[in-house]
Order: sequence, then structure tokens, then C-alpha cells
Amino acid sequence: MNKTFLQVKDLKGYYRGTFGVVHAVDGVSLEISEGERIGIAGESGCGKSTFAQLITGTTTPLLHYESGEVKVNGFDIWKISPEKLRKDVKCKLISYVPQAMLNSLNPVLKVKEFIADMLKERTGRKHSVKEAREMAAEHFEKLGLDKNVLDVYPHELSGGMTQRAITAISTLANPKLLITDEPTSALDVTSQKRMIELMIDIQRKKIIKSLICISHDLSALNQLCDRIIIMYGGKFVESGKADNVINNPLHPYTRALMDSLLPLERQTRNKSLKSIPGVVPDLRTPPPGCRFHTRCEKCMEICRSTEPPTIKKKGRNVNCWLYRRGRSK
Amino acid sequence: MKKNMLLDVKNLTKLYTSGYIRTVEVIGSKNVSFDIKKGEIFCLVGESGSGKTTVGNIILRLIKPNSGKVLLNGKDAFSYDKRVYWKKVQAVFQDPYSSFNFFYNVDKPLNDAFDLLETSPSKDGRKKIIRSTLEKIGMNPDEIIGRYPHQLSGGQMQRLLIARSLIIHPNLLVADELTSMIDASTRVAVLNELLRLKKNEKMSVLFITHDLAQAYFIGDRIAIMRKGEIVERGPIERVIFNPKHPYTKNLVASVPPLHEKWKL
Repeated sequence: MNKTFLQVKDLKGYYRGTFGVVHAVDGVSLEISEGERIGIAGESGCGKSTFAQLITGTTTPLLHYESGEVKVNGFDIWKISPEKLRKDVKCKLISYVPQAMLNSLNPVLKVKEFIADMLKERTGRKHSVKEAREMAAEHFEKLGLDKNVLDVYPHELSGGMTQRAITAISTLANPKLLITDEPTSALDVTSQKRMIELMIDIQRKKIIKSLICISHDLSALNQLCDRIIIMYGGKFVESGKADNVINNPLHPYTRALMDSLLPLERQTRNKSLKSIPGVVPDLRTPPPGCRFHTRCEKCMEICRSTEPPTIKKKGRNVNCWLYRRGRSK
Repeated sequence: MKKNMLLDVKNLTKLYTSGYIRTVEVIGSKNVSFDIKKGEIFCLVGESGSGKTTVGNIILRLIKPNSGKVLLNGKDAFSYDKRVYWKKVQAVFQDPYSSFNFFYNVDKPLNDAFDLLETSPSKDGRKKIIRSTLEKIGMNPDEIIGRYPHQLSGGQMQRLLIARSLIIHPNLLVADELTSMIDASTRVAVLNELLRLKKNEKMSVLFITHDLAQAYFIGDRIAIMRKGEIVERGPIERVIFNPKHPYTKNLVASVPPLHEKWKL
């Protein structure tokens, strides 16, 4: 049994502003052991990115940590001081690549200068550009990336190349866990494939131990991850092995999501696909009971009033009343 | 000219130039030719920068080509009166959020569409037509009329724009990356709408996308573009499952399959 690396317990994070309180992440628990690749999927507005921000301690304004704990290698990241978090945890234990990563390189610095800047921040001592370049070049070579990227300005790179470069830079300090938010969604299919290959490569070469990938593209997640978690309305609704979740979804939401997917396969042509009726609930006033009941085909009386417990079924965790004990289905 | 031909694009070339003294030329499209039949969904697929949108914009008369011709019903597109042309060719663009003016409610673009018609119905007549059109595309008019753009989802807005083009009833709809900004769960509703348009209204669609899976789901014929040129074209079944050009082969192999795993 691999040892648990990240432990999230009943984590809650709300957006607070003049618009009210948005219950974006509302009671989520997760354990990740070393060597796992985990994918989190769901529609937009389900709290996927908020969850990533909360477990890395990089909250944007208006997002507030409410309760729960996030333990990384013994550090409770919401209890330690921000300075300690920045120095000891970020980049060394966890690296987070946010969604708008194409803007995260400094446009007026060459990539190698940017890396020197970053190393200074992380190690607390000054690095010459040459030194930084050597370090990065070695790392890039290991991953089979073009070293010439280091000598140019960000605007000279294509979208796919920038994305791969940033992912490589964020793993320079060999973090144990890499969290990437929508790494493939802004890219063309050929770049997407190379991005997926790169992330698997980083893990195989033991640069990182575990990976969390957030995406709305289930077919890409299936290629990349061992375990898939489906998120809806700020909660996890189903989690399990990637193959099982995709080939035999249990939760009605996962099923609806799978029905609306368009894979490039012979049988999809002119097949009538269904979209999920309605919209994602407004999380300022989350619906009572199961959050999916407003759009669920199999909604029962109990779903409207009481929140479903987490039920273990076929090696998976499902939050749905359909699978409570004593009901065959 | 064949009878059921709607649009004929011949050797379209567009160069974008920048600079005055040292002029730099970028190829937008190069010798692009294809045709669209009546009641057909034609897909134009390529990576970003391959010139798909350039071709779409030329067909919409938003930019002029350097050389080549676009023939609509056998007549040069640029010789039509603009008003007449845009009654025949309409577009739905990528970003629904910027297609609506958020100071007005969403009926305004629908109402404005009547101005393009020769005989514009009365105010009550317009309301009736808007209601019936919304019902036709499976939306509840009471949920839509009088709302503001921020109250609707991206999928609903895209379908509204399709409804708008239904009022004008063009021969050709140019759908430029119609679904790339909206969620997977509502994407299917928009695509189904296009299929219904093709079936019931016999409308032709030029479907511009980077997503092969969507093209395969919806299209009849396909053209693959690369660096401004069409590298492969043909019936969709043949091009996707039996590609001839190495670039198409690579493209098809890069799409992640859902039920199988890559050997990585």
C-alpha cells in the first residue's frame, strides 16, 4: 500500500461578495497516495478550479477558505503561515499550473530569465541566468523538449509549446504533486496528445509522484488518469477507476454526462445524443437534498429533502440514493 | 453548373499583408476550392491558423479575397447587393457572449432580423413568428422572451442565434466554431438543432471546427485544411476512417478515444 500524500477532509470554500455567498466547494474529502494520477471532471461552474485553488492555498480574491483541512505531507496548509506555505510547500511539495497559464510567463523576459527569477524566489539566493539556463536545459532534455525554448521570448512560442514549457518549468523543483487545471482545453488535437504524453512522461521519470488533472474532457482524462472523480455543484458525486467510471457510470449525473459526449467512434454518427436538460444550479442558493435532483431523470422523494450519503458500490464511491442498502439496482 | 449546387468556391487566395516599407505577407488561404450542395452540412476542419475562418469570412463577404471566386447560385457573391446576399447567407459565430448587446434584452436581435426581410410583418405578427420559431427549436418562449443575455446559458444563446437565422431563412448558414465556448453537456442540443435544420428546412451549413468528432457526428462531406490549403477532402466516413494524407492520419490518431486506452 502506498502512503497517503494528500489528505483533504470536509473542505469548504465559499466566494463572498456583494452578490451573496457562493457555495463553490461544499464539503469535499479526498485522499491521494503516491503514484496516483487523478482526474476531476464536471461541467463548468461545478467548483473544479475552486477545489484546486483551495488545496494549493492559492485563492483568488473573494474566494474564502471556510473549514476543513488539507494535509500535505504533514503540513496543514490552512494552519501554517502564508510565508511558510510559500517557502516550504509550494513548488517543493505541490506545484499548481492554473488555467490561464498561457499568460503566466513574463512577456518582457526571455524564458531563461524568467526561470532565474523564479529560482531566486524559491531558493532565497541569486542565480545567474546562465546557471538557471543550465539547470532548466538539463530538465528539458530529460523530458525531450526543445532547449531553444529557453532562449526566446514567450510571444515567439506557439500555444502548445508554451503549455509544455510551463508544465516543465513548474516541475523544476521536483514537486511531489502536480496539479494542472484544464491543461489541454485551449490546444489543438495534436498538441493535446503531446501534452498528455508529457504529463505521463514526467511521472514515469519520477520527477513528480502524483498528478491531479482537472478537465471537462473525459476522453482525455481517460487516457491520462487511473482514477476519475466527477464533481457536481461543489460536491463529489462519483469516484472510481477511470475505466469503470467511463464504461459503467453509476450516478445519474455521470450517465447524463457520458450520454452527451461526442467521441470519434463509428457508432456516434447520427446517433441521437442527449444533452443534460436545465442548467448548473446557482450555488448561492444550492438546492436542498441532492444537488442534482433538479435535473435528474430518476429523482425520488428523498432526493429533494435529504442529502445522499457516500455509498461504496463495485469499488466506487457514489453519492446517490439509488444505491442505498436494501435497494437492488 | 449542376442543379443542386448552392455555393461554389474557386481557387480562393487571401494574403494578409502588414507593414508599409518592409511588407510581410501571411497566407490566409491558398487556392481553396470546394462546393456545397443544397441541404448539405459541409465541414471545414483544421488546426488553429489553418485558414478556416478566413475562408468563412470571405464567404460571408466580410473580407475580400486576393484572387478566386465565390459563386452563390452560379452568380458571383461580390456582385450581389449586400442586403440580398445576407438574406441568403447568414452566420453564427464562436462567442455567444459577445454576439449579444447586454444592454438590450435578447429579443432585440430577433426583432432586428425582420428588417432584412422585404415584407416585414406587424409588431404582433413579429411576436407570433418569434414565439413559433422558438417553439420550433424546442425552447420555451416564456423562458426566453424579455430576458437579458446574462440570464441565459451559452448553449441557449447559440440556439437563439440559430433561431434568428431561421427567421431570415437563409440558403447557407456559416457556423464558425459554433460550440467551442459552450459546455459539453449542452453542445449536443446545438448540434442536434443544426441536424434538424438540414432535415426540415433543407438548409446548407458550412460547419467550421477544429473538432473532428463533432464534424464526424454532424457532417456529410469534409475538407481538412493545413496552412491555408485543403490537403484532403471527401465523404466524411472515408476521410476519417480511411485517411489518405499523412496529415489527416496524424490528426485522426491524436483524438483521444473514449473507450480504449492509448499505449503510452
